[in-house]
This record gives sequence, structure tokens and C-alpha cells, in this order.
Amino acid sequence: MHFSKETLNQSTGLTAKWEEEVRRSLAANPDQKARWSTVSDLEIKRLYTPEDIAQTDFSLGIGVPGEFPFLRGNQTTGYRGRYWTFRMFAGMGSAKDTNARWHMLLKEGNAGLSTAFDFPTLMGYDSDSPKALGECGRCGVAIDTLEDFLALMEGIPMDRVTTSMTINPPATVLWAMYCAAAERKGVPLAKIGGTIQNDMLKEFIAQKTFMCPPEPSVRLISDTVEFGTKHVPNWNTISISGYHIREAGSTAVQELAFTLRDGIEYVEDVIRRKGLDVDEFAPRLSFFFNSHIDFFEEICKMRAARRMWAKIMRDRFGAKNPRSWWLRFHTQTAGCSLTAQQPYNNVVRTALEALAAVLGGTQSLHTNSLDEVLCLPSDHAVEIALRTQQIIAEETGVANTIDPLAGSYFVESLTNEMEAKAWEYIEKIDAMGGMIAAIEKGFPQMEIADAAYRFQQQLEAGEKVMVGVNKYANNGKQEIPRVDIDERVEKEQIARLKDVKRRRDSRAVRRDLDDLKNACKTGKNVMPYCIAAVKDLATEQEICDVYREVFGEYRDPGLF
Amino acid sequence: MTSRKIRIMVAKPGLDGHDRGARVLARCFRDAGFEVIYTGCHQSPEQIAAAAIQEDVDLVGLSCLSGAHRTLFPRVIELLREQGAGDIAVIGGGIIPDQDFPRLYEAGIKAIFTPGAPLEAIIDWVRTNIKK
Repeated sequence: MHFSKETLNQSTGLTAKWEEEVRRSLAANPDQKARWSTVSDLEIKRLYTPEDIAQTDFSLGIGVPGEFPFLRGNQTTGYRGRYWTFRMFAGMGSAKDTNARWHMLLKEGNAGLSTAFDFPTLMGYDSDSPKALGECGRCGVAIDTLEDFLALMEGIPMDRVTTSMTINPPATVLWAMYCAAAERKGVPLAKIGGTIQNDMLKEFIAQKTFMCPPEPSVRLISDTVEFGTKHVPNWNTISISGYHIREAGSTAVQELAFTLRDGIEYVEDVIRRKGLDVDEFAPRLSFFFNSHIDFFEEICKMRAARRMWAKIMRDRFGAKNPRSWWLRFHTQTAGCSLTAQQPYNNVVRTALEALAAVLGGTQSLHTNSLDEVLCLPSDHAVEIALRTQQIIAEETGVANTIDPLAGSYFVESLTNEMEAKAWEYIEKIDAMGGMIAAIEKGFPQMEIADAAYRFQQQLEAGEKVMVGVNKYANNGKQEIPRVDIDERVEKEQIARLKDVKRRRDSRAVRRDLDDLKNACKTGKNVMPYCIAAVKDLATEQEICDVYREVFGEYRDPGLF
Repeated sequence: MTSRKIRIMVAKPGLDGHDRGARVLARCFRDAGFEVIYTGCHQSPEQIAAAAIQEDVDLVGLSCLSGAHRTLFPRVIELLREQGAGDIAVIGGGIIPDQDFPRLYEAGIKAIFTPGAPLEAIIDWVRTNIKK
């Protein structure tokens, strides 16, 4: 940023004097520790001054909201037009159980839905698969067929409420169910809105919910992007996610770099494979970040992400539509920052993380419940988490003005520094031949493993603190009520599935699956075939088994 | 004395992909001087038992954060016993509620470590309880 010569001279002089004072003071009272760093171990200086940001060009580096490079936000009017979407992630037990939680959330002011599926659904197995043993309905809702999906959407106005679905390898199947459910309710595809996570690269890197190898996985994603572009224009067909990368133990810079590099890989594939113009589909790409406990690091990460993506889209891909330059993102507070010990402290952590996300300019937010480290969240815990967002939006005043921390020597400097470090990673991955090649080498996986191990060692050494765990621990227990999923959920779900299989037209299902297999082999877009199959009540696993058969299965290489 | 190192297999049964804890622990065991095998995510109890026997390990460390530990941990022990390998010790970790401890101990799990357990405590447990 431009400072007058006089200001810079004054600053240099005063800073030198201050440094002198610091030295004097330290001689008498040494600092509590030698090194001060973020939770990601990025070293932070004692003081930032105008010199730290004197090189930043105002119009190219900072600018105004709604204009390139979007450091200060995509929306010209900030949060005054509308707050971020209060979008609480929810799912447990049967479709009916989850539907009840959704109605409770909508009644309490939740603005958009977000679906947690159970592990068999996430991995493309039906509830009666031997692989599903013990998992049904535990971490989310169990969905096997369109009938379950219709029960999930019961009473939900699909033309007005947007729905996010955290689903990856079987994203085509669940999205097909959503499309079929909308049609059943008489809502045209052009009217539905929502998001499928559908980001497989971060699965190989971090979350480990995978099915087919990377190459065909990306191909299926490109199919959804193409289908959305042509038929479901208000759908975000990918939510390019850093959240899970961070939860797996990455640093904030790694989260930023790997996420944006994943985004580049998807854009390249759609252009190459589908021949679409970048501006046709780029405006529907969305992102998903973690908001961890290190307050300023998170704010800077989000600001840097917007500026970097704008540059990537404009300069690397030549996108012309300003909407293509927008990095729109959802945020979730950091599950891995929460502690099982003294769980009520988690309310405080989540509030601070949510505040960082808002100051970072998120468009959508999930706040974790205090009990999520122990079990599925209770109604009461979810309500506190939702109220946390409402308090930030409507009581604290932080939404009054846009990007209130802009211009801070520290915030701008840290934003620049994180961006520079993230570009280094992106260049390194480019040199490896892209993200799929990097994943095959184990590069991002091992970078994350190193960071996770380093943090754990710092924790063990007391260099990093988790209150209630390695400091201020006490033996007294804070008891909280726990939600448990009854084992009857599994029995009932399997009975429903059996019943559907008995009633449906099996010949039609067979034909649908053959058509889908053919589409997989010939490179035709799979979406219309998936929609046809789910309408005839093909199960999720039957469709995924086609993918496994045609594309093969990916196995975790077990790197550590 | 040329006694071999303690051999440990870290394994993740079921569909859960939360492998941060398992991977950190695997590395920490290796740094502590044990021999470590990590079989990766999404292993069935059958695969885990077979690998443990084939690799002739002294200890299996199971990690699960999805809630399926109730079913999957005891199943691994059952399979080991069926195949005459009941001498392989099995410990567990993850998001495991207190009320599940008794049924897991009863099933034969030797120790349970939950979030926040210091790595050193886990290593100490291994050194004290596992004989080569």
C-alpha cells in the first residue's frame, strides 16, 4: 500500500526506537517462550508496521468488494443485503429421523439444509452389505433408494430451500435422487439449488472416502459439471474442499494450496474432456474451508483464497466473466480443535472460529456442536451452535462493515505471506504434472502427515496448548447427554430395502444398469442414466457396483 | 541378546476414513523403535485378522471414529481366536464412549485410548504389556 515518504520515514525511525525498548525490556523480563507461531507453526512477528505492506499495490492487491481481486469479498454490499447462509450439517439414523431434525432447524432459523450421510451411503454400499456392518445410520443418514430420499425430503420446499449434500464417490447417484425427487414434487430442475461436495481429489489426499481410482473419479465429476451446466443451472456441482485436508492435520497454507490446486485440476479436466468454455461452468464451482482456532491465520487464509482464485481464473484460464473469478465458499468450524475433555469449552472455540469465518467473508457456515467430538449432536447442542451464528450476525456488529480488518499491517502482511507460500506449493504440484500425479507420488498425503505429526509432537512437548487436554486438565468430568443410534435403525433400514427390492420391476433395473454400464464405457455422460436407474428404484450400491466393475477400485496405500 | 523388535499392526476396520490418529500413532510407534505395519483404511475384520497372523505381529491397534467399534473390535478378536491366534493382543482407540468400555474389555480388548491420550502413555503401555 502506498504510504508517503514521510510516513515511512517516521515509521522506520519509531520502529527502530521501539526495537531498542524491546531489547531493554527483554533483558529484564524475558518472553514466556522463544518462538511465537500460529497453530500451523507459521512464525509471527512481535509487531507489524507499514513497511510490511508497503510493497502491496492497492488496486491490484486490495481493491474494493465486488471487484477483482476480490480480496475484500465477492458481494459489493457485503453482509447488508443478506448474511451468510446459516447451514447446519445434519443427518442421523433413518431418513425420517433426519427429516425431523431438518424441520426443527428450519423452524429455528437455519437457512439452508446440509446432509450428513452414514458411512455405507458415503462409500456406495447398501445397508445390507457385509461392509456396512455396524455402521448404518451412525454417522449420518442411511439412504439406499429413492424411497428413502423421498422420506428425507418430506415437507421440504425444494423450490425454495437449497440443500448441500456431503457426498463424494456416489455423488452422481445421490444427485440423481435429488433430481428425481424434485421431479416427483413437480419442481423443474432449473428451479432447484444446492451443492454436492463431489470433490474426489481431497478424498485421496485426506478424507479417504474413495471408490474408483483418481482418473475415472475425476471423469465422473466432469460429467456432473457438464450436466449441471446444461440442465441444473443453479446447482454447485463441486464443493472443492479444504476442510478435510485440514482435519487430517495439514497446515492452513497446505489447506489453501491443495484446495486451489484441486480446483485447477477439475477446471482443466472439464475443459479438456467436455470442451466447455471456462465461463460456462466456472461460476458454479464452489469451495469449502475449515475455520480453525488460530484466529488471524484463518481470516488471512480466506482472504488470500479469494484473491488467488481470481488470479487463477482470470490469468491461468482466461475466464472473462467476473462471476468465474469469484471464490464462493462454505465454512465449517474445526472439528479437530474440539476436545472430549471439558466439552462445554467447545462452545467458546466454535464461537471464535465462526467469528473468524465471518471476518474472512464466508458465504455459508456450519458451527459445530459442543458434543460432536463425543457423539452425534443433540438437539440442544445444535441449537446453541446455530444461536452462535445468529449472535455473531445480529448482536456483535461485525457484519456492519465489509472486511473490517483490511489495511491492518498484520492482516495484510499475513495474507500476502500465506498466498506466497501457497503459490510455491501450486508451482511444485504443477511441476509434478498436476494433482493426480502428485497424489500418485503420495506428495500431499505425506506433507499432511508430516504436519500432523509435528503438531502432535508440539502438543506432547507443551509447545502448543489444548486447554483441558495438555494444560488446565482436571479429572472432574463434565457429563453431557449423549445421543445414541439405536441398533433397530439398521434392522428397519434393511427391512425397507428388502421390501423395495421385492416390489420394484427388476427387469427395468437390470436394463437401466446395463445402459449405465454402456455409458461408463463409451464416455457418455452418466447422469441421465443414473436418474433413470434411481427412478426405477435401483439401489445406491447397484449403481456404484457398475462403477466399480467398469473403473476398478482404489485401495488406500496406507502411507504414514 | 538378539530379541526381535515388538511388531505392531495399526489397522482401521470398517468404512471410517478418519485416519489422522492411526497414522500419527503408526509413526510414533516407529520412532519409539517398534516395527510397524499400517494396513490403510477400509479393512474388514477378516482382512485385519488374516494380515495380523500373516505378519506375525505381537499387537494389533484398532482405530475407529465412526461408532462401529462396538461391532468391529470384538469381531477382530473373535476371528483371531478362531484361527488360533488369540495370543495376539488387541488394543483400540477412537471416539469410544465410556459406557462401551466394559463390553469391549469383556470381548478381549486389552486397552482403550481415547482422544487426548498422550502418545507416551500408549508407548508405555506397549512396553509394559507386550512381550516379544
